[in-house]
Amino acid sequence: MSDAAQKITLAKGLNMGLRKAMEADAKVLVMGEDVGKLGGVFRITDGLQKDFGEDRVIDSPLAESGIVGTAVGMAMRGYRPVVEIQFDGFVYPAYDQIVCQVAKIHFRSKGRIKMPIVIRIPFGGGIGAVEHHSESPEAQFAHTPGLKVVACSNPVDGYWMIQQAIACDDPVIFLEPKRQYHADKAELDEDATPDPLFTSRVVRQGQDVTLLAYGPTVKTAMKAAEAASNEGRSLEVIDLRTLSPLDMEPVLASVRRTGRAVVVHEAHVNLGMGAELAARITEQCFYSLEAPVLRVGGFDTPYPASRIEEEWLPDLDRVLDAVDRTMSF
Amino acid sequence: MTAFGPDLAEVFGPAQQDGGPELVQLLTPEGERVEHPEFSFTPEGDEAEAIRGLYRDMVLVRRIDTESTALQRHGELGIWAQLLGQEAAQVGAGRALRPQDFVFPTYREHGVAWCRGLDPLKLLGLFRGVDHGDWDPEDYNFGLYTIVIGAQTLHATGYAMGMQRDGVVGTGDPERDAAVVAHFGDGASSQGDVNEAFIFAASYNAPVVFFCQNNQWAISEPIERQSRIPLYQRALGFGFPGVRVDGNDVLATYAVTQAALQRARDGQGPTFVEAYTYRMGAHTTTDDPTRYRLSGDVESWKLKDPISRVQAYLRRNGLADAAFFDEVAGEADDLGARLRDGVKALPDPQPLDIFGNVYAEETDELRQQHDEFAAYLDSFEGSHA
Repeated sequence: MSDAAQKITLAKGLNMGLRKAMEADAKVLVMGEDVGKLGGVFRITDGLQKDFGEDRVIDSPLAESGIVGTAVGMAMRGYRPVVEIQFDGFVYPAYDQIVCQVAKIHFRSKGRIKMPIVIRIPFGGGIGAVEHHSESPEAQFAHTPGLKVVACSNPVDGYWMIQQAIACDDPVIFLEPKRQYHADKAELDEDATPDPLFTSRVVRQGQDVTLLAYGPTVKTAMKAAEAASNEGRSLEVIDLRTLSPLDMEPVLASVRRTGRAVVVHEAHVNLGMGAELAARITEQCFYSLEAPVLRVGGFDTPYPASRIEEEWLPDLDRVLDAVDRTMSF
Repeated sequence: MTAFGPDLAEVFGPAQQDGGPELVQLLTPEGERVEHPEFSFTPEGDEAEAIRGLYRDMVLVRRIDTESTALQRHGELGIWAQLLGQEAAQVGAGRALRPQDFVFPTYREHGVAWCRGLDPLKLLGLFRGVDHGDWDPEDYNFGLYTIVIGAQTLHATGYAMGMQRDGVVGTGDPERDAAVVAHFGDGASSQGDVNEAFIFAASYNAPVVFFCQNNQWAISEPIERQSRIPLYQRALGFGFPGVRVDGNDVLATYAVTQAALQRARDGQGPTFVEAYTYRMGAHTTTDDPTRYRLSGDVESWKLKDPISRVQAYLRRNGLADAAFFDEVAGEADDLGARLRDGVKALPDPQPLDIFGNVYAEETDELRQQHDEFAAYLDSFEGSHA
């Protein structure tokens, strides 16, 4: 560990990463609701307006389409806007601008106009919130050509991935597991060399079953692997990190060894990331499979009231149940 | 008065078919110059020369439109969005620009495109279906056509906010100070994005001119379906000025746009310009206006034709002779011929072009799809280059 090492939360990692990116490139702007004096409702942009000024950390009127639409114009003028959507369930007013403009302008313009916009979305549940504050809309964006979609799961990745997303010349939907913002601390070495942004990573090695997770469910999967090891089962855990494009090589290499895969995400199972992963695994390593790819996720209902959200969210036991089922084939 | 303030019917008066007394006009439909207390036609250089130039622009732009409509009928274009009747609104707005200003068009701004020096064949490529717009916006300071109604007004506002940050607003240097024009129509004025653009532009005092061509029709829906009040009066509620100009009067449109642009360049913020005009043609070549509007309305607007009034003015005042009009007519014929030949010569895109430019940094998975499709095409013997 170098001298630069320190223990940080995900919120701190993202804040430090944003600051680094703004220091490195004067064209980087932060836009969103309450991102200025307040530092964002989760304090991810804390202190940035004070240090970089109101021209670079812009408190926006309360209109998500307006925020993303003006970010498009800023990008056309050569800026690199980082947009904060306050909560996952509030991204939909901006959906048209994201899907019809942000995602398509590079293609429409034959590559003449770049859209280096990062749209940060705190996503996922488990914080006891009211409706629209706990959703997982990643599949809607991963389904859209022209966008890239990533999800960080831990403080160190938060620090590096936000900087890499800002440096990317393509629009990036950047998903942050809000339940993790202030949960766990991790050691950050600012002198380290990070993995490239659009890569997945094996975060726990195992032989029996491959667990595929991202964002908030990486922690769930890690807990499940720990519990399973007490029962003599060895689970491999992959933090996907990138959802579009998918980085299939580590996934396929793992499944070829284990023959079994379980995808874990908070989003609804129907037509979710798990469906795409199951299809690709089946297409690309059919003869290695000992069991069908199973999916553990939110039920195909709207997000429930918070007093029962833990029943809806995939937890350790539901993951282990799926592991049992895949082992029974 | 009512419990909720003044009776709005009294405030706004009866619906004004002719644009009402607030209409800024400098050249009547009969071709008479009239004075306006706030606005005057002050082009750079010789005035008569400038008016002849505007006449020429409008004639050529109309030819682009009529030729393109014909090309659609002949099957050479998939669709064409007609601007017939809106030549003055677009040429006036287009010629008021300085080179450093930037334009965000709808899909009907062929006249503004012309003023920015864009080859009309680039527009035809889009409507033929060979691409989504093959020009570099930076080369012309003219954005790509945007088909989602009103979306570009937010881009315009963001671009104007970028200009503010680049220090090209309110410096007092006429070569440096710049502004943006956001084009949209009466239908778009109902869109959330347009209203959000007003709010953002007002909040940040962004240098943007919201130029609304109220051509009275959003496909089949009349302006009364979009607004209970004159559109330009909406601006007040957002906190910036609005003005209604005779959109069939190229001198007035030029003058009002020029003033609004200067206001923006000077750092005084946004202006709403409602160019009051009429869509003489269909919404697009797929539309049939006989199903929803009266031919009598169209006939009455023919009397306000934007080109005839300039022609009458130039003739009556001896500012242009027959040779000039013949020359412009000849130029229009040449342009028409060039478009007819040019559109047929536009190369079709090739199947593998589908994969180009989805991303600035191409992904492995897309490259793989490209390669698989290429191999698939190659599997058909002799059918694919």
